Parts: sequence; structure tokens; C-alpha cells
Amino acid sequence: MTQYIIRRLLQAIPLLFVISLILFVLMRNAGDPLATMGGRHLTRPDDRARLSRQLGLDKPIYMQYLYWLIGNDWTKMDVDGDGIPETPGTRRGILRGEFGTSLITRGKPVLKIIWERLPNTLILMITAEAIIVVFSVVIGVYSALRQYSLMDHMVTTVSFVGYSMPIFFIALVSMYIFAVNFKKWGLPYLPTVGMFDPQTGKTSAQVALHMVLPVFSMSFTSIAGYSRFVRATMLEVMSEDYIRTARAKGLPNYMILFIHALKNASLPLVTIVGLDIPMLLGGAVVTERIFAWPGMGRLFLDHVSRADTPVVMGILMLISVAVVVFQLITDITYAWLDPRIRYT
Amino acid sequence: MAMLLEVRDLTTRFHTLDGVVYAVNGISYTLEEGQTLGIVGESGCGKSVSVLSVMRLIPEPPGKIAAGQVIYRGQDLLKVDEAQMQQIRGKEIAMVFQDPMTSLNPVLTIGRQISEALMVHMGMSQEQAYQRTSELLDMVGIPQTADRYTNYPHQFSGGMRQRVMIAMALACMPSILIADEPTTALDVTIQAQIIDLVKTLRDRLGMAVIWITHDLGIIAGLAEKVIVMYAGFIVERGNVDDIYDDPRHPYTLALLKSLPRVDRSSKERLATIPGLPPDLLGLPPGCPFTTRCAYVVERCHQENPRLEPAGLGHEVACWVDVTTGRER
Amino acid sequence: METTVENVAANVLDEFEIPPLSPRELVWRRFRRHKMAVAGIFIIIFLILYSVGGAFFLSESYANHTDTSKRLQPPSAEHPFGTDTVGRDILARTIYGGQISLLIGLFAVAVETIVGVLIGAIAGYRGGLTDSILMRFTEAMFNIPQLFLLLVMAKFFAGKIPTIQLLGRTFSGSVIVIIFILGLTSWMYLARIVRADFLSLKEREFILAARTIGTSNLEIIVQHILPNSMAPIIVSATLGVASAILVEAYISFLGLGVQPPTATWGNMLDGAYNYIDSAPWLWIFPGILIVLTVLAINFVGDGLRDALDPRTLTE
Repeated sequence: MTQYIIRRLLQAIPLLFVISLILFVLMRNAGDPLATMGGRHLTRPDDRARLSRQLGLDKPIYMQYLYWLIGNDWTKMDVDGDGIPETPGTRRGILRGEFGTSLITRGKPVLKIIWERLPNTLILMITAEAIIVVFSVVIGVYSALRQYSLMDHMVTTVSFVGYSMPIFFIALVSMYIFAVNFKKWGLPYLPTVGMFDPQTGKTSAQVALHMVLPVFSMSFTSIAGYSRFVRATMLEVMSEDYIRTARAKGLPNYMILFIHALKNASLPLVTIVGLDIPMLLGGAVVTERIFAWPGMGRLFLDHVSRADTPVVMGILMLISVAVVVFQLITDITYAWLDPRIRYT
Repeated sequence: MAMLLEVRDLTTRFHTLDGVVYAVNGISYTLEEGQTLGIVGESGCGKSVSVLSVMRLIPEPPGKIAAGQVIYRGQDLLKVDEAQMQQIRGKEIAMVFQDPMTSLNPVLTIGRQISEALMVHMGMSQEQAYQRTSELLDMVGIPQTADRYTNYPHQFSGGMRQRVMIAMALACMPSILIADEPTTALDVTIQAQIIDLVKTLRDRLGMAVIWITHDLGIIAGLAEKVIVMYAGFIVERGNVDDIYDDPRHPYTLALLKSLPRVDRSSKERLATIPGLPPDLLGLPPGCPFTTRCAYVVERCHQENPRLEPAGLGHEVACWVDVTTGRER
Repeated sequence: METTVENVAANVLDEFEIPPLSPRELVWRRFRRHKMAVAGIFIIIFLILYSVGGAFFLSESYANHTDTSKRLQPPSAEHPFGTDTVGRDILARTIYGGQISLLIGLFAVAVETIVGVLIGAIAGYRGGLTDSILMRFTEAMFNIPQLFLLLVMAKFFAGKIPTIQLLGRTFSGSVIVIIFILGLTSWMYLARIVRADFLSLKEREFILAARTIGTSNLEIIVQHILPNSMAPIIVSATLGVASAILVEAYISFLGLGVQPPTATWGNMLDGAYNYIDSAPWLWIFPGILIVLTVLAINFVGDGLRDALDPRTLTE
């Protein structure tokens, strides 16, 4: 088992490097850093040459990548642009935790900006993921056991429709019903803006209340999709020979379901949930925009639309790392759960 | 001797998208304490479905046990409720299946799979079940390694897995052991070992055995009574000597002829039964074997023969007397 | 005549002769059984008629015609879907928006399929180092969340392509950009599937046979292997259209997709949440159209997947 973990870890490292390379290439080609930095004063070729030397853009691309990765404080840089490197650099590089400073907020470190917003997104995502898993399993198992019943058909139909809806549509619909119309009809209604009511202050109750609609929007589509998957998996498992054996042994139904069937059915579910993280992140972007939730998704959106490359790349790099880490955790969990992998 | 199990007119059908499949069509037989019954027939003739019906393990849609009685120790199993049936399965009547790889749960240890029956049916504690499981594993010949209890099915070979299945089935000392082609998926040497194992345990524990197979070669040394099935019907039954020495049904004859024999010249071609097994979706009126029978007469196409006596304890369902070649 | 074993065999053959169904007939039969898939096809036909046919009744300039005196009007006889924030007729915009959304969906899938099949085929067929490198690359791309990548690419490539005039219509350059970046970020899943198929198929005997008689690699790939792995490619492409339309809606909704005045169903929803109580018609109509399209495509894709399931085709 430890061998497997080590092997997966070793596989993940080159992957991270490839990702960083892709992002770096994207960053370099995606805009003209000179334009963003120098503003309107860059007409003279001399100026451009000087600026490009100052920013280290005249160096070959693999050197630029190297500096980006591990900084340049171990070598001399050409700060005044005269072609002679004299001053030691100041950047420490991505690997040592320095992501540069934001172009918009005047030198505020990227990491600090991200760190402020990260927990807010995490709350949404973790809650949403938990709800998705619980509801998908419950609905999926129930549908599988009551196959072809009216409830099963209804659930299947709703799932199909829900699965085809974009998140913002669900968000808008739920906003319309539960916030706007509830208010009109005099019912207690759910808030739609931000994390808490500024008058009441940032209490847990406030945050929880404000979380209801965003989490609902984020989880609805996924629940619709995964409950069908769980249902299909359960049906497949229940028709396996070993379930027939378990029945032939006269085991009670709950034992067959929870111990024999579910343990097998949960294996593919683990993989799927692991793959869901990137989607959930994407959903967070949209949801945070609609509900004005101060999270990382909204941060990303704001800074992309204003071409703040360091922040944007910082976020991209971080979430890609998060995705890879999560994949790793998922794979290891899967191996831990499935003895066939564990013991080979 | 007391009648342990009596099956009367058992009929099972499957309602599929393509139509109704007549899998088992009114079969009847009896089983006494400690007796060994062999059910013989080719794939798809209904032998597995019939014993699954006895255990009520037929999935209810699309299957349905349409008629009949299964009387075990005086009680009709087809009429009891599911909770009572769960008491009987595994405890009174146990089953061993054909493919031990898919029939064992891959994510549970074999020790656990054996002891859960003990804990559920015999009320044993974890400790007691562990003890008993070790005894059972010894009994079926699983080598005494330290971690055998916590091993998983995929860590064993085919023959070993089948032994585990047998241990699982015998855990609660059932009165009847149903073995549904347990050796078909194993190679020949292992086959012999497993058969010997079952015979030894059967004699030791005094249980009744129903052994299902398509291989007539196995039945000879194993069973006392034999039932030959075709297309969901019983076409011949009797004790094992009658079937082998005095077969009366054309199908039985053909089966015996098709057995490769060591004492025949190797230059002879293997006899086969021409044609295909019938489509159970649409059984024609009359005998289902007509299209492949070497003795067919006009009446065979119109009426399905019922079982008639052909000797002491020997019955056959055929319009033709194969010893004379003429209609009875 | 006496019934002997020999002439029984002859009778048997006559009785049991059923002409086998060709694979295509089999596929069509099973597809038809899937009623929802058929419903899906009808819905798609309706939507295509709506977007294309509607253009004959309402011109594009009408769709882009702003009249702020008429802004935010609820549905009426003159404007059956109401008007938007700058007075444009929503019905007309959904028609033209539909064209763009569907167009983007189709072309993005074309890009995605070409790239995915190419990479998957090369990786699977060549194996070895090529395979390793390509798969590392695929995995790396796979691990970057699509929406984020798209937003960055959309923003940075935004001004690069000018508006083009085609067939008497103006298309904002962002349409081309969106098509390409959508395609370039969605091919990974398909590449994996194609690679797996190629890896297993290239070891099969009929490939060995083809190679022995001197068939070139290209011919082997195109004539022998590719037709056999068509099924997952078709299913993936179909479902990919739904996915592309959805993702386009997402990025347009976020304001970084197709730029106005060109309408898409997605960018019609941009900012609609500010008027959620006062003008629900702003988002209800385009929203429903998106859901209908995606739903219909999902039905069809599901039906295709069942019908083309290789496990049951080889029976």
C-alpha cells in the first residue's frame, strides 16, 4: 500500500511541473506584459528594449520559466536595463511561495489576496460536496431498490432535467422563487446577496442562512447527475453473483444492502467525487457572481476582467495543484477501500 | 425414512421484453434425509432455475414462480414470508454456486463471509464464530496459514475459492446442500478433489445433496437418484443404476452416447446431438425434444408425454419405447 | 421415410433459418425503443427550425436594434418575449442567439473531436514514449479546471480576431475565439477513450493481418481501427455539443464570452440577476431555451449510447 502511495506521489510531481509549464506558456503568450506594465509610453524601440531587459523578457524562455519557478534572488538581474546584470533579484519564485504582486491593488502580494477570499469559497464547496454525496447516495440507492416504481420514474425525470440545467439558471430560478416571490407572498425568504447582513454582523447563523441558496444551486446539478450514477451502480452491484450468494446464506436485507452491496458500489463513487472538484470550482465562480459571495471565484472573475496576470496565474496554479492533490487523495482512498488493489 | 423435501409441479416463468420464457414447467421430485439427488441436463434446460426457485432466489420481476409447492419438513416454502425464508436459507438449505470468483464478495474477507452466517443464524459471538470458521476452513482443506481468515477472495486460486464456498454453505450444518455445477468452472484435477471433499463431508454430516451438472460422468459416483431435465421438463428419472444401465429416454440415450469413453477406439467420431436446444420463449405443443429426436413419431408433435413408469422407481416421459423402437 | 438422424438435421435447418439483422438495423431498432431519444430529436429539429426559420421573419438588424424608450417591457403582442435593458426585442434575440449558440456548440465539438481523436490515436497507436508524453500532457490539461482556463483564454485572446462578415451577417470575432478555446479545452476526455480503444485494438489479429499484407499505418488507422471505435466517438461528440453550449452559456453569462451586439443565449442572461424581480422575462426565455436544447441533446446522446453499446452489438 505504501508502495502505491509513493508511486502515485512520484507520478504527481512531473504532472505538476507540466501544468506549471502550460500555465506559464499561456501567461507569456496571452498578453503583452510590456503593454500592461508600461502603459502608453512605449513607442520608442529603445524604451521597449530597456523595459524588456529590465523585466527579464530578453532572456530565453526556459530561463524565464526557471525564474518564475524558483525566483531570481540567487542571480544577478539587469534592473536598470543597460544590458549588464548587476543587482541581485528579489523574486523567490512560485516553488518558494511567492506569487508576485497584484497589478491592480498596487503591490499587494498575490497570496495575501487569495488567502483572504479562500476560506469563503471553501465553506461553500465543502458544504456543497457533503450535501452532494449524502443526497446522491440516498436518492440513488432508494431509486435502485424501488426500480420502476412511480418514485423512481419521477426521480429519473427530475434528474434528467436538472442535469441539463446550467447552474446559473437554477440559481436564478431559486432566487426568483425562494427570495423574490417568498418575499412577495409574505413568507420568510432567503437572502441573496453576500455572506451576511451588514446590520446583523457576521454570525454563524447569518452565514448559514446566506449559504442556503448558493449551496443549493451548486449541488442541484451534481445531485441530479450522481444520483443516476449511484442508481446505475447499485443496480449493477445488486445483480452480481455475490449478492445472490449473500441472499442464499439467508442474511437479512439490511446486511446485504449496507455491507455487501454498498461497499462495492461506493468504489466508483469515490472516483467520481474526486473528479467533481474541478467542476465544483467552476460552479463556484458562477454562483459567487450571482449571489455576490466574496469568494475566490469572484476574485478570479474580477481580476481576469482587469487582466491582472499575477493574481490570475496565482489562482490558476493554486487550484490546479488542489485538483492534483485531490486526485491523489481520491486514488489513495480508492486503493485503501478496494482490497484487490491494496494487495497487489 | 422421512421425506425431507417434496417438490410438486413447480412452474417458473420469466416475463421479458421479448416474451414469456417458460423456464421450469411443472416438475416434481422428492428428496429423503441423507439422500443424494443428481439433476442432469444441458445449459438452459432449467435445472438452475428450478433449484433457485426452491430457495426462492428468483428475482421477482421479471421472474415468477407461477405454480407448485415446495414442501420442506412439512412446510410449503412458497407460502412462507420472506423473514421465515431467510431463516431457512443458509441454515437449513444451503447452496454452492458455479463460479467462485464472482460468487464471493471481493471486498470482504473470506473469514468474514463465512462467520457472518454463523453470527446471524446461530447467534454466535465474534469469538465463537472465529473459532468455528477456523474449524470449517480446516474441514475443507484450506491450509492453516496465519492470515487465512483475513485474506480476500482474489488471493486464492479457483479450487481454494470453491472450498471456501463449501465452508460457507456448511457453516450452519444444513440438512440439504444444493450444489449448482460447482466444478464446471474448475479444471479436471481440482474437480475430482472438490467432488471427493463434498462426498466426505456429506457422509460425515449426513446431509442430503442435490447436485446439478451437465456432465453425466460425474453423477455416477455421486448420486443415488437422478433426474434428467430438458426444456424445463423432467424427461426421465430413476436411481442411478437405471439411468446408466437402462436409459429409456432418447435424450438420456443421446447424452450417454456423447460421453467420450476411454475404452472406445480413438478413431471413432464423438457422437453429438444434432440441432439446438429449444427456444424457451415459444415452446411448441408436443414434446420439446422432437426436433432432435432419433425416435420421433407423429404423436410426438401433438402431445407432450407425461412421466410414466418404466420399471421400479424408474419413470420416463416418451411416447416411444426405445428398446423396441415402437410406440408404446 | 424413416426419421433418421441425418434428415432430422436437414429439417432443423429449414425451420430455424431467420435472416440476421444488419448491425445498422439493430442499432436503429434499439434507438427507436428509446422513446426519449426520439423526443429529443424532435425537440432539436424544432429548435433548429426556430433559430434558422425564425431568421426569415425577423432580421438581424431588428434583433440588434436598440430603443431605450422601450426598455424592459413585459411580454406583449408586439414583443412576445418582452424587451431587454436597451429596448431590444427578446424574441428576435433568442432566434439569432440560438443560431450562434448552436453554431458554437457544433463547431467547438468539431475542433474537440479532431484534436481528441488525433491525440488519442497517435498516443494509442504509437505507444511508448510518444504515448507517455502525450498522456502527461492530456492529464495536465485535464487537471486544470476548464472554466478558469477558458476565462483566462477568452480574456486574453479577446481582441485578437476582428469581426467578420459572412453570408451577409456580422459575426463578432469573439465567436471564433470561443469556438477554438472551447474545443481546445474539452478534448481530453475523448483523447483518453480513443487512446484506450486504439491500444486494445491494435493488438487484434485483423490488424496484424492487415499489416502483414503491407497496409500502411495511415490506412490501418483510418480504415480499420477508427471505424471500430466510432461508437464512443459519436456518443462523446453528441454529448459534447450539449456541454459546449452549456459552457458557452457560462462564459457569456460571466461577460467574457461572445461580445455584444452579437447575441447568444448565454450573454442574454448577463446581468439579468439584477432585474430578477422586476423583469423575469429577461432570463426565463433564454434560460428555458438552453435547458431544452441541452436536455434534448442529452436524451439523444443517452439513446445513442444505449444503441451503440458494443456489448450488445456483437451478440
